[in-house]
Amino acid sequence: MELSVRFFALYRERAGCSVTQVTVPPDSTVADLVAAVREIYPRLAPPEVNIVVAVNEEYAEAETLLSAGDEVCLIPPVSGGQSSPPHNPALSLPH
Amino acid sequence: MNEMIVITEQELNPEEFTARVRRDSNGAVVTFLGTTRDSFEGKRVIHLEYEAYEEMAYRKLEEIRQELKAEFGVEDIAIAHRIGPVDIGHISLVVAVASPHRKEAFFACHEAVNRLKHSVPIWKKEVYEGGEHWVACEDHEFSEEPSSKQADAAPAPADND
Repeated sequence: MELSVRFFALYRERAGCSVTQVTVPPDSTVADLVAAVREIYPRLAPPEVNIVVAVNEEYAEAETLLSAGDEVCLIPPVSGGQSSPPHNPALSLPH
Repeated sequence: MNEMIVITEQELNPEEFTARVRRDSNGAVVTFLGTTRDSFEGKRVIHLEYEAYEEMAYRKLEEIRQELKAEFGVEDIAIAHRIGPVDIGHISLVVAVASPHRKEAFFACHEAVNRLKHSVPIWKKEVYEGGEHWVACEDHEFSEEPSSKQADAAPAPADND
C-alpha cells in the first residue's frame, strides 16, 4: 500500500520535502514504515535515534498497524523533549 | 470569532487572549507570555522561526485544555502560539487562564505551558550569525557530520561538559 508521509521542521529540511509517498506491504507497522523511510532518506536521523511518528494526528507506537489512507507524520523532538511522558498523571494541586 | 486556541503567523496581542477568559465568576486571571530571547548558550540569536503541524497541534492543545478542565476544574483557558519568523523580543506564546480563585489559575497556567512543550508538535529554530539550530534536536546530530552549515561548525571544541 502507498502511504503519504509528512515531514516537519528538521525532518522536512533533511528530506528536502514536506510530503512524500512511500510504498510498504499490507499490514506494515509504524516501525516498518520508519525503516522504509530511513532507507529512502538515510540522513534523516542517526541510526540510534528513535523517530517519533504520528498517525492520523495522534502519537503512535512502533507496533501500531497502518492502513491505506492513514496520514503519517514524522515528528522531530519538540522543545520540551519527546522521549519522556507528556506529564505526570499523578500530579495534584500544591497546597 | 472567539477561539480559545489560535495558531497564527500574526503578532500576538496578550490583551486579546486575556479578555477571552475573563468572566464575572472568575476572581483570578493569569496570563503567561513566552518571548523570543536573544541568546542561546552564549550565541547571539538573530531571529527565531516556529513551525507547526497545525492540524495535530490544534488537537493536542484542545486535549490539554480538556485535561486541565477535568483535573483542576479550570474552565477558561486560551492558548495562542505564533508560527513563522519571529524577531527577538516578541511574543511567541500566550497562555491565559482564569478561575474563581488564584491557586487553580496559577497552577493550570504553569501546567498548560509544561504540557504544551512536551506534546504539541510545534518546533523552534534559532537562527544565529553564521548558523541555525532546531531546538531540542541535539540528539539528531550525526557524529561524523561534515562541518557544513551546522550551527556548531566551529573548530572542534573539547567536550563542554
